[in-house]
Formats: sequence, C-alpha cells, structure tokens
Amino acid sequence: MSETTCATAAEVGLLLANRFADAVTEGPGPVGDTCLYVTPEKIVDVVRVLRDEQRFDFLMDETCVDYPDREPRFEVIYNLYSLSTGVRVFLKVKADDSEPGVPSITPLYRAANWFEREIYDMFGVRFAGHPDLRRILLYESFKGHALRKDYDATLRQPLIGPADGPDHARRHG
Amino acid sequence: MFGETFLTTTVDTVLKWARKNSLYPMPFGTACCAIEFMSVVSSHYDLARFGAEVVRFSPRQADLLIVAGTVSCKMAPVLKTIYDQMAEPKWVIAMGVCASTGGFYDNYATVQGIDTIIPVDVYVAGCPPRPEAVLDAVIKIQEKIEKEQHAPLF
Ligand code: SF4
Repeated sequence: MSETTCATAAEVGLLLANRFADAVTEGPGPVGDTCLYVTPEKIVDVVRVLRDEQRFDFLMDETCVDYPDREPRFEVIYNLYSLSTGVRVFLKVKADDSEPGVPSITPLYRAANWFEREIYDMFGVRFAGHPDLRRILLYESFKGHALRKDYDATLRQPLIGPADGPDHARRHG
Repeated sequence: MFGETFLTTTVDTVLKWARKNSLYPMPFGTACCAIEFMSVVSSHYDLARFGAEVVRFSPRQADLLIVAGTVSCKMAPVLKTIYDQMAEPKWVIAMGVCASTGGFYDNYATVQGIDTIIPVDVYVAGCPPRPEAVLDAVIKIQEKIEKEQHAPLF
C-alpha cells in the first residue's frame, strides 16, 4: 500500500506517469477528464495499482471505439472511479482484433467479464486471459461485429425467418 | 307449445359466439408496450368488458397471442415456440410498431416485424398504441372470429 491516496485525477495521472514511464502517456481529455494512454502490456499492472493503492474500487465502464482509419484501429476505454475519493480516471489502450488480444482485467474486476464479452461481441477485440470470451448480446451464428464502422447498417441476419422479406426490400431494396 | 322459450341456431354459431366472447390473451411483453397492455387489462380500460380479461401466462391455456414490444432476433425462436405451443384455434395481435414492423429499431438486432416469423391477424399502430387502440384490435379479432367460415371444432 502506498501511504498517499491522490486527491485529484491529475495527481493520479502524474503518479502513473512517473511509475510507468514508458507505458503511460497523456491522452486527450477534451472535457477536463484525466485520460491516459496505456500500452497493452502494462494495462493490468496500471489497473492493479489504481485498485490496490489508489482505492479505485469501481470499474464503471469498459468500452471500445472503432477508428477505421487508424492503425491499430480500436481503442479500449476503461472508466475507473473511486467511491471513497470521488476521483475518476479514463484509461485507453490501442488495440486491433488479433490474437491473443488485450490482457483481460477480469481477475481484478469481475465487472470486466461481461464488459469485455460485449466489446468482443460488438467490435471483435479479443482479451487475453478472459475466462469465457463468448458473444454476450448477439447469437453465436451472427457474422461480423455490429458496432464496427464498416458493418453494413442495413444488413439483416435473423436467426429465423426471412433475411430479405418484403419488409427488407421495401426499406432497403 | 313451447312458445318463445326456444332459440334455434347452429353449432357453428354457438362456438363462434363462445370463442369471441371468451378470448384468453397471452401477453408476450418484451418492452414498453407491455406496460401499456397492463393498463388495457386494468380497471380503467378494463379488457374484461370484452370477455378477454383472463390473461394466461401459459401458451397452452391461451388462444390470443398479444405481442407487445420489440422482438430481438435472439428472442425470435422463443416467440415462434410459444406460438407453436398454443392450441388451435389461435389468433395474434401485433401491438405497437415494434412488433408490427420493427419500428424505429431498424438495426442489426431487431426482428423487422413479427410477421416474418408467425402469422399476424391484427396490427396495432402506435408507439405505444393507446389502450383504446388495443381494445379496438380485440374487437376486430372478435369480428374476424364471427366471420370465420367454419369454426374448427378442435
Ligand atoms: S412500439 Fe414503442 S412503446 Fe411499443 S415496444 Fe416499441 S418502442 Fe416501446
């Protein structure tokens, strides 16, 4: 345990930047939030420091954004919050959809289990060490990843029933 | 000698009369329309006035399937199974635009109208439809039952 708990997100950012010199860089914080880019190799360590030393006891959200023009094209975003100090920090990890993927933080936060499954379902980003990386919202036979920017918005993949019934033709024909 | 105490009719007519005035609805409520359906069966609008107040949550005991809500592709096989489990004769109301056409959920996950999976007798427009519209749909089902050529016996 570190002796000090940072009182502001900026202090947390400074602490992480010092501790993980090469792995943590400042990211965009357009609305005043503290946002840090973390390399995939170090994300588990960074999150562990936040959880164990800085009392970030709440993984509010873990999500993803697709930037088709970038390389790598995805950013996984961690929204960590401390209920005791009221500090919030965003972490971002750049990722592609290759194996083995971004290290899973499920061992640290059980809430990450379903978040990461949802990211896998919607974007196809994989998480190394995830205990149960399956689709969570869509069905196993669904092809592709629906929230990627290049997923055709008019594509229909019904489990049963006609894929291109009259309704489909009327709307998209 | 019996005066006016007799009424002659056909089995058909009696069956249809009985069926249309004792519909057992089974609500398949998956979204906000189901909340509106609750008010349809509650005291203010009172579906009981049309003999359809005995809401059953088992498809085996129901003959009117009211699909109230958005049906996702993942839910579609469930809806089909429930429809198949209902005994003949049976009727279906698609309540609200979601059940009728997919509504504004024109996306990868939503069934674009339950008529792509099961037959529908009456569509009710609205998001959600007013309770009066649902009552109207039940009356339309009753009219439909009355006009059926031969009511199947079993
Ligand atoms: S039609 Fe409107 S009220 Fe009904 S389920 Fe769809 S969104 Fe909800």
